[in-house]
Amino acid sequence: MTESTDFVQIRHAQKSFGTLEVLKDISLNVARGQIVAIIGPSGSGKSTLLRAINDLDALTGGEVWLDGVQVNKQLPHRQYEKHINEMRQQIGMVFQHFNLFPHMTARENVTMAPKMLKGLSAEEADALAKEQLDKVGMLERIDYYPSQLSGGQKQRVAIARALAMNPKLMLFDEATSALDPELVSEVNQVMKKLAEEHMTMIIVTHEMDFAASVCDRVLFMDQGVVVEEGPPEQVFGNPQKARTRAFLRKELDNPE
Amino acid sequence: MGLDFTVIPKYLDVVLLGCLWTIAITVAAALVSFFGGILLAVVALYAPAVIRLPFRAFEFVFMGTPLLLQLFLIYFGLVQIGIDLPAFVAGVIGLGLHFAVYNSELIQTAIISVDRGQMEAARTLGLSRTQALRKVVVPQAVRAVIPPIGNNMIALLKDSALVSVIGVSELTLSAQRAIGATYRPFEFYLLAAAFYYVINLAMEWVQRRIERRIAISR
Repeated sequence: MTESTDFVQIRHAQKSFGTLEVLKDISLNVARGQIVAIIGPSGSGKSTLLRAINDLDALTGGEVWLDGVQVNKQLPHRQYEKHINEMRQQIGMVFQHFNLFPHMTARENVTMAPKMLKGLSAEEADALAKEQLDKVGMLERIDYYPSQLSGGQKQRVAIARALAMNPKLMLFDEATSALDPELVSEVNQVMKKLAEEHMTMIIVTHEMDFAASVCDRVLFMDQGVVVEEGPPEQVFGNPQKARTRAFLRKELDNPE
Repeated sequence: MGLDFTVIPKYLDVVLLGCLWTIAITVAAALVSFFGGILLAVVALYAPAVIRLPFRAFEFVFMGTPLLLQLFLIYFGLVQIGIDLPAFVAGVIGLGLHFAVYNSELIQTAIISVDRGQMEAARTLGLSRTQALRKVVVPQAVRAVIPPIGNNMIALLKDSALVSVIGVSELTLSAQRAIGATYRPFEFYLLAAAFYYVINLAMEWVQRRIERRIAISR
């Protein structure tokens, strides 16, 4: 076991597409139960960093560790596939566009992976679907298809789907950015609830209010580097760097 | 001499039996072409070259040569290398593989068009690429191409008449037999045409039902 302060460790993360460097030597430690928001203008590399944590976007340099295990370990291809599939089971991810499986009901979306990967029986899967969908307030829609749900409802099902694997860490990639404004709060409520349950979360977001009220730490990224980080009171209330101030001023004037 | 449809009832059972064979061969070949099409599509997109290239050659043969010739090859040709297939089986394989190649083209395009986020979401949950393809990507791709696959299946029904040449007593050959006994080609060919049309309508009905059922899950 590792110290709880380095439950999630990103060490010298680098990522480049050809000559374009999108992540320049980023390091980040997240303690167990901590909630970290990553903010920054589009193109700052914040989504890329998040997607590097579960290796959806492979880093070109640096390491990612979760709970004492290196996620992006150097292994021969076949072994690496096995390893990364196991790691990903422990890392839930929620996407901007939900990415629910349209050919499955809410129930099936939630139970497909646990049934397949953890060999749940029909009864266990049923109980799991009810538990997780109840948690996000979607129990009444358990047999609805995504096409029958609103954006906020889809996103809540997507969160339930991720939680059903019982992850150690949850990643949110602009989970509310694609939602109509009136649907944002229902998703935020669910995320707050997870925060109260001390789920470790890394949240890429455009919502400064939400970041300020829920997160323990805020990272401001720009052009592939972490410009500033600290508790929300400090980053939002008394930003040290000019770039941070400029960004926050723009965001507050023009929140969409 | 004019048309005389009163000869039909006496040979109706022969033609009806032919009808059943046509339905049987169409359904069997449709299943081969559907699942074969999925397999070919996945191989074409994801298999390593050692597997993909022989399949490509196979597809080229089935797309680039007449179905009639393929049936002759499978039924008469394979005997020479010791594979003696019953005519019905040879017909199902020939028709099935021929249309599998066409279905594969459709399914490949559909697989490519499935949103990238679907594969990502599945991989994020811990599924391997193969598992994600099987449970998430391919089922969506197949749903997207049910209408054009249905059109292929109707073409398959019509082309099933070709298996009469290798001696399967399907609808066309049965009509010919009745004609041989009565010398009434017009009446029996018309009758056969009517039966093909009815089967065609039934297939369209099934296709519409499937489309309606999956509409909600797309």
